[in-house]
Amino acid sequence: MIRRILIANRGEIALRVMKTCMRLGIETVLAASEADLDSVPARVADRVICIGPPQPGRSYLNVGAVIAAAEAARVDAIHPGYGFLSENAALGHAARNAGIVFIGASEEQLKSAGDKWRAREIAEQAGLPVVPGGQVESPEDALELIRGIGCPVLVKAVGGGGGRGMKPIEDVSQAEAMIALAISEADAAFGDPRIYIERFVARGRHVEVQLLGDGENIVHLGERDCSIQRRYQKLVEEATAPRLEAKLRSALHDAALAFGKALAYRGLGTVEFLVDTERHEFYFLEMNARIQVEHPVTEMITGLDLVAEQIAVAEGRKLGFAQNDVGFDGHAIEFRINAEDCARNFRPSPGAVTRADFPAGDGIRVDTHIEAGVTVPPFYDSLLAKIIVHGATRDEAIARAKAALAICRIDGIETNLEMHRAILEEPDFHKGGVTTGWFAPFWERRHD
Amino acid sequence: MNLTHEDVQEILKLLQSAPFDELNIETDRFKLSLRRSGAGWTQAKETTRPAQAAQAVAAAKPEHAAVALEPGTVAIHAPLVGTFYRAPQPGAEPFVTPGSHVEADSVIAIIETMKLMNTVRAGARGTIADIRVENAEFVEHGRVLMTLRLAAP
Repeated sequence: MIRRILIANRGEIALRVMKTCMRLGIETVLAASEADLDSVPARVADRVICIGPPQPGRSYLNVGAVIAAAEAARVDAIHPGYGFLSENAALGHAARNAGIVFIGASEEQLKSAGDKWRAREIAEQAGLPVVPGGQVESPEDALELIRGIGCPVLVKAVGGGGGRGMKPIEDVSQAEAMIALAISEADAAFGDPRIYIERFVARGRHVEVQLLGDGENIVHLGERDCSIQRRYQKLVEEATAPRLEAKLRSALHDAALAFGKALAYRGLGTVEFLVDTERHEFYFLEMNARIQVEHPVTEMITGLDLVAEQIAVAEGRKLGFAQNDVGFDGHAIEFRINAEDCARNFRPSPGAVTRADFPAGDGIRVDTHIEAGVTVPPFYDSLLAKIIVHGATRDEAIARAKAALAICRIDGIETNLEMHRAILEEPDFHKGGVTTGWFAPFWERRHD
Repeated sequence: MNLTHEDVQEILKLLQSAPFDELNIETDRFKLSLRRSGAGWTQAKETTRPAQAAQAVAAAKPEHAAVALEPGTVAIHAPLVGTFYRAPQPGAEPFVTPGSHVEADSVIAIIETMKLMNTVRAGARGTIADIRVENAEFVEHGRVLMTLRLAAP
């Protein structure tokens, strides 16, 4: 029985996890860096332990510091949130040695999902389609492979994921220099120089399937469309995916389940797919073995509390429901409000928030750690808030989003609110089902 | 205990049929302002110690300390707050060293802010005179990173 949890994260997700803990009567201990000791999550937690200086490498990414805090606070479990150490097998291992439950996938599963090439191999064995590609060890290997696949291709780091460690190659003539750079960058960023190459699918949608498993039983909780992205970073996510043929939708669910079953997956995880809208085909991209930023849209249409489900599975319980019990009600859309100046090429904008007004009401959910008087530190990602709307239909959700975003206001720092308002006015967005290539030219047109 | 989203939702339900357009609640623990805005409502929450937080913010304001510069020399300032790096990646050659010749658009450093690498450019043609910040040091917006001896026009 988990009675006290160390939350090894910050920002809105730390607060989100605490909300469920409060409802379940679980005590919360926040592991915070020096930069976050005055944050809203630090005030809400039952207890706060400082795990180091502001730089993530010396605090939120420091396995030793997190374990020491967990032991000092005598917690039963660690919730790692997303990012930072959430998919770090070393933390899972250290927690197990300390007799503390890691609320996440098993070490073996984290290693399989974290090694993007291995995950690809498991997907292939489980019968999932993958984008044509291969692992390469040298620029010479790469050249041969690229000639076989044909440009454009994407170079990806085996240790990367989540949009990090990816480079496009448009032309074979660039290949040699780009591959050498990619290898050295992968080594510097992930401590792993291995790279692989995949065909670049130009007209693709990013659709992902939410899985929940207890190691024996596994269910899917529907899909999310996260195609509105800038430089591989998601901006708007929705559930269910709009304008997706029923046959393709259920094929994606089945493929995700097949992958989860191949891993005997335990916990909350997401299988990401690239859907080729021209060929009506889809490909396995990667698996994220953790809770995702965009999980609220799934919660809005299923009525489930995914953090509570994570905790239950981590306690060793079996799933309390079967696939047939999972229902999908209406449509939900999430907008990521970032501290980025969208008028100045999305330049980061940390600093002091002087005023923060968020929408509230029926079908509106706001996940945020921002309020008037807080300071957004420059050390971490730029996510300020997630505005999530729900409606009986997609049109209703969009109408609600327009009203909600119109009254949202954050002063003192720059944000991308204006960008979201502009997206909401676009006929393409209203129609639904844009590809990942949609955002860049749309934004360029607006700023010409 | 903090004021939760659910609390706000419940208060809003009570307000839906009420005749007023604005509600302000202030206790020792929180301040909540709800305002009717068209068909919807806005919320502004604040929990405890706003005065202290504001002080911390004031203290963190960048100091544009006056820098004594020789004639013909200009300062290169940090364009934004973040961590200063002299090289594109750990172990790589630094972008510039004292004596390096630079053009106005030469990259002289990067500043990491919110997980993004932002390039810093020289801003003028000349020779790097002095580097005033250690690698991996945290810099405020406007801090003098380097000085540049301007090339003869």
